[in-house]
Amino acid sequence: MSKPAIEIQGVRKAFRRREREAGAPWWRREWKEKVALHELDLRVEAGGVTGILGPNGSGKSTLIRILGTLLTPDVGTAKVFGWDVVTDALQVRRHVNRVSVEAAFFKELSPWENMVYASRLYGNNSRGTRRRVVEILEVLGMPKDVIDQPMKQLSRGQQQKVAIARSFLTAPSLLLMDEPTTGLDPRSKKEVQVVLETLRAEREITVLVCTHDMDEAAALCDRVLMLDGGRVLADGSPEELCARHGAGTLEAVFMHLTGKTLEAEEAEEVAL
Amino acid sequence: MIGVRGSEMSALFGFAERQLYVYKRYWVWEVVWLFYSVVSVLSIGFLASGLGSLGAGGGSFDLRKTQLYLLIGALLWGYLSLVFMEAAYAIAWERWEGTIEYTFMAPVRRMTHLMGICLFAIVYGLARTFIVLIVAVAIFDLDFSHADIGGAVVVLAASMAPLIGLAILTSVLPLLSPQKGEQMSFAVQGFLLLVSGVYYPLSVLPWPLQLAGFVSPLTYALAGMRTSLLEGATAADQLPTAAILLAMGGVLIPIGFAVFTWAERRAKRLGLLKRSG
Repeated sequence: MSKPAIEIQGVRKAFRRREREAGAPWWRREWKEKVALHELDLRVEAGGVTGILGPNGSGKSTLIRILGTLLTPDVGTAKVFGWDVVTDALQVRRHVNRVSVEAAFFKELSPWENMVYASRLYGNNSRGTRRRVVEILEVLGMPKDVIDQPMKQLSRGQQQKVAIARSFLTAPSLLLMDEPTTGLDPRSKKEVQVVLETLRAEREITVLVCTHDMDEAAALCDRVLMLDGGRVLADGSPEELCARHGAGTLEAVFMHLTGKTLEAEEAEEVAL
Repeated sequence: MIGVRGSEMSALFGFAERQLYVYKRYWVWEVVWLFYSVVSVLSIGFLASGLGSLGAGGGSFDLRKTQLYLLIGALLWGYLSLVFMEAAYAIAWERWEGTIEYTFMAPVRRMTHLMGICLFAIVYGLARTFIVLIVAVAIFDLDFSHADIGGAVVVLAASMAPLIGLAILTSVLPLLSPQKGEQMSFAVQGFLLLVSGVYYPLSVLPWPLQLAGFVSPLTYALAGMRTSLLEGATAADQLPTAAILLAMGGVLIPIGFAVFTWAERRAKRLGLLKRSG
């Protein structure tokens, strides 16, 4: 495709909430605005894996949700393969799929039932779906007998693999992965990374991965954007970023740019 | 590659099929709900049977007709409220399961989404009501010899249009308020029960409630069904009632979709789709 996979110009997104100041009476609540993204510009060419790195609250998920047509930007435009995410939302959705940190499934249904539902939503009939589901789950290292068990009986890692398998089933041109390996054990995390690498080698697909795992980003991504407080701090390949900032790892680059580690940021988030 | 229409049809069937899978998994609950529906209808029937011994009666009082009047109300309310709640809870259900963002990201028109849910609700509601009807007929030896089934079917079919419109309007509530919208859906259902003449004629209500009953499509559905089942009104007799119901549907369905579209845009602007709300 000649058009860029993602083209974002001046996108800003803020959320408003009514909050009560400490010590203020219960009825006195004021609107407070929290800016999730500050005038973001971004262009991602088709193909390859782009990583969005940053701590919680840096704007990663907001960006993914805007591209997935789940949020509308306050200002600016965001396009996916030339389609505007607001005015051409249906066209965008035909090309995009998303794997989120919380595996969005009907928990009482089996992987098969969830997959056939997904397949129908994306315009496919169920003919041949079971064979493809089994194939994909085998590639992901899933035992065959889980296919008809309720999702709630599967481990977190298995659920996440089914989420990835479901996204493959619909053959998206742009795959949005919002912390796909968060909460997985090291073995499952590695398996998911291997699958991503395989996918990248086999298909013409653009992948946008949000993560706060710097090692994962270094291993998977051709290009990395570092976000903090809704602003882009750095943009380049992992090697370029390390060289530019005289750092050995992406973690060190982030520390150099912000003066803090990701772990400290996350601990701060939890404390808040 | 199938066309857009085929794709929407596939999704429409997908939503209905998903509901079927969900109900199969929750089959114990469905058995309980069916049992509860049977018990509710039988209780109403026995209440009518006991009216004579409670002193109700007199020259013009027809116990059998009263029993049939109440049972028709109970059966139809069971069906109409089931279809209404299934559609009204289309969004609430997605929130409970945490799938709302996945469904809203799918390349499917919202009309297809909601109509898929309604399709399942109508078929499932008919099946469940038929079972309850069989039990009621067996126990109370109901006499439908004067009924005109064709007339009743015309009214029932026409009543689906405004009911779906009303349900789509109600399904917007959890989009507007993730915290309070689901509870409000129950309140709407309760209000419809109060004002739609399910167990009594509208004339017994205070006038503000009569006014609400006058604009409730369920009032016309129930009244029309009763005239066919109790007095034998034919399909031709029911055309005015069917026309009123279809006209209500013609207004409520477009309004429902317009309000839903507005609410979806608002939710995307304010970030309300996220599971936590």
